[in-house]
Amino acid sequence: MAKPIKSETDLNWKDLEVGCVVSDAGSASQYKTGDWRSMRPVVDKSKCIRCGVCYIFCPDMAIGKTAEDYFEADLYYCKGCGICAQECFTGCISMVPEEE
Amino acid sequence: METLNVYATRLIEKKDYFTPGHRACQGCAEALAVRLVAKALGNNVIVGSATGCMEIISSPLPFTNWKVPWLHVAFENAAAVLSGAEAGYRALVRKGKRPEKGTVFLAMGGDGATTDIGFQALSGALERGHNFLYVCYDNEAYMNTGIQRSSSTPFGASTTTSPSGKFSPGQRTWKKNMAEIVVAHDVPYVATACASYPFDLMEKVQKAARTPGPAYVHILSVCPTGWRMPPNKAIWIGRLAVETGVFPLFEVVDGKYRMTHETAELKPVEEYLRPQGRFRHLTAEMIAHIQKRVAAEYDKLVAKTRL
Amino acid sequence: MGKRVGVEVSIAAADAVGMANVDVVAAYPITPQTHIVEHLSELVANGELDAEFIPVESEHSAMSVCCGSSAIGARTFTCTSSQGLALMNEIVFIAASLRLPIVMILANRSLSGPLSIWNDHTDVMSVRDCGWIQVFTETGQDVFDHVMWAFRVAEDPQVSLPVIVNMDGFILTHVIEPIEFWEPDMVRKYLPDFKPVNVLDPDKPTTVGGFGMPGIYTEAKMAQNEALIQSKSHILKAWQELGEVTGRHYQPVETYRTEGAETVFLTMGSTGDTVAMAVDELRSQGRPAGLIKLRLWRPFPFDELRRAAKDVKRIIVIDRAVSYGGPGGPVASEIRSAFYGEKKMPAVTNFICGLAGRDVTPDDYIAIYAKSEEMVTGRVRQEDYVFYGVRE
Repeated sequence: MAKPIKSETDLNWKDLEVGCVVSDAGSASQYKTGDWRSMRPVVDKSKCIRCGVCYIFCPDMAIGKTAEDYFEADLYYCKGCGICAQECFTGCISMVPEEE
Repeated sequence: METLNVYATRLIEKKDYFTPGHRACQGCAEALAVRLVAKALGNNVIVGSATGCMEIISSPLPFTNWKVPWLHVAFENAAAVLSGAEAGYRALVRKGKRPEKGTVFLAMGGDGATTDIGFQALSGALERGHNFLYVCYDNEAYMNTGIQRSSSTPFGASTTTSPSGKFSPGQRTWKKNMAEIVVAHDVPYVATACASYPFDLMEKVQKAARTPGPAYVHILSVCPTGWRMPPNKAIWIGRLAVETGVFPLFEVVDGKYRMTHETAELKPVEEYLRPQGRFRHLTAEMIAHIQKRVAAEYDKLVAKTRL
Repeated sequence: MGKRVGVEVSIAAADAVGMANVDVVAAYPITPQTHIVEHLSELVANGELDAEFIPVESEHSAMSVCCGSSAIGARTFTCTSSQGLALMNEIVFIAASLRLPIVMILANRSLSGPLSIWNDHTDVMSVRDCGWIQVFTETGQDVFDHVMWAFRVAEDPQVSLPVIVNMDGFILTHVIEPIEFWEPDMVRKYLPDFKPVNVLDPDKPTTVGGFGMPGIYTEAKMAQNEALIQSKSHILKAWQELGEVTGRHYQPVETYRTEGAETVFLTMGSTGDTVAMAVDELRSQGRPAGLIKLRLWRPFPFDELRRAAKDVKRIIVIDRAVSYGGPGGPVASEIRSAFYGEKKMPAVTNFICGLAGRDVTPDDYIAIYAKSEEMVTGRVRQEDYVFYGVRE
């Protein structure tokens, strides 16, 4: 599909691929799940040992490595579930309300 | 935290073939399990999925969260559909129409699609001996349609079709032991896993994929929404399921049983049951009943490892 | 030309599938289809056909396996009847929506209840709306030819739709008929290798079978419907080329002695053979009867039907299924639809005949002809259909 689409209603019937197959692998990653959350994870870098436990337990693949080798939540996707804060080995992640 | 090798995370495959932006609930440990399976298998894989939570959250037309080939047909036939893909592949390779690339064939379904409506298709596929891996993501109810009971719902759990009430204890029957049923099909590899033990899960999935013939991995998938508990505790409660013996982690290789997670002493099941809203109504008597049965099943399992 | 042999039609059908070099066969046995699957599994067991024969544990799984194997680019075949078709019903609809070029022989048999193993069209009529291309065969030769045709049409990249080849259970499956087998070079000439439009491949990962929100479902169905309608030209071309290869020319609508016929019978499947004998007898009695045989059922051949019946005053539709509480036979209701609003609308009378294999002879059709005349002297309505031969 040439034109960028934000939702299924952008497509006419002729735009659909044969059998409604989707060739654009991983295209759903454009969907912003970040606006679901009401709490966000905040890392105290002084206590972070960069173990990656938060990374491995994130169900949304929303934690990635920064340039300095720390792990940080991608706020475009982070749903604020708090698993990272709960599982953090040193307890350096805290969940704070989104408004702050 | 117990035996988790803290820094092992840094050594594992960083690529994810299941992308973010999927529409699973906050704290969905089933989505996490899917992520880990996809990570463990890499991209030389063909996935056949049943209808269910994981299918719905990842394939809203015209988008997809999958970066590997993925096929969904219906609710009860993931094993059959995937059997067809595997058979087709074998035929095409043998007839020289497609190169042999050692592609892994993965069928996935929830507990509904596996222990209930898809039971027949799974049994058929196992009996026919296709070279595939079946992963059951067990969140212990038909979660996608609104938390209705399945045969995998544990005794006493309150679901929307087995609600606790004046005349009902919640689910009346004991959880169907799907892993044992698969073992009875005489397949070379069967294992249980939980996303709370990510390395164990990934190792098992890789081992299963390497095993020629049918392989089965049953993954306890914590569902904070359906189990009525806060999402941040999803990993924590999964660990308790294992540590209390409610969901033992084991594997069966060519009929030989082996515990893959041992605890010197099982924690009392009450520790696992209390934090979950779906067990909120349990009486001390019911908890005692559950404790007795869990202990008995656990002992039976351990006895099998000594055969 | 190929060898002409007397052979049981089921065996010939299976041989045709074998000659088409199918890659995967997934089927569950059900009377009267059994000889087809048995012979196919023999061909595989003896190495005469290099294919995966998947002995599935139910028809629902048969069609599911077919979806998986077609999706990965394997030439795929199944066959079933009656209850088997009913059991795979849900997946039949999905296969068409996924545009998977599966070929299925349907050995037409009565739907339960009561349980009946004998022939009629109640099974195929239950999947009228499934989205598959559907044809009917009349003789054993038809069946053999249409196996090749079905793969050719289904796998045509401009079509990419599954095909049902209907053959009457027992009446065709279990009789020995003279059939001209194709030579291998005829198959090579007519049937190209399967080059799928979509294929599951880790090098080019695709998602097949995503779910449709209300905002897109209509578009998906429109696309599917258009694909079925547009398949017509490729269907005709495939028949034309089949004619060039075999010398046998098939049409969406075939006629027998319709010149000057005011009244024609309309049949589908092997009934046509018997009705033709009645037409000959009626003609010899000086009554201007004719026969229209509907071969292509989906996509419905509106133009060809209207052309075939353009000077006809009455059509006697022989239905082999009932739409309970509705307009009688499904075929009659579609024929009436086809002529609705046309300047010359023929009167349509409807006779439900031969349910569950009950024998209907040329004499019966002559009696039906007379009865039909009676009916049209009054006014014929949708609800006026006759269960021919019922003991009252």
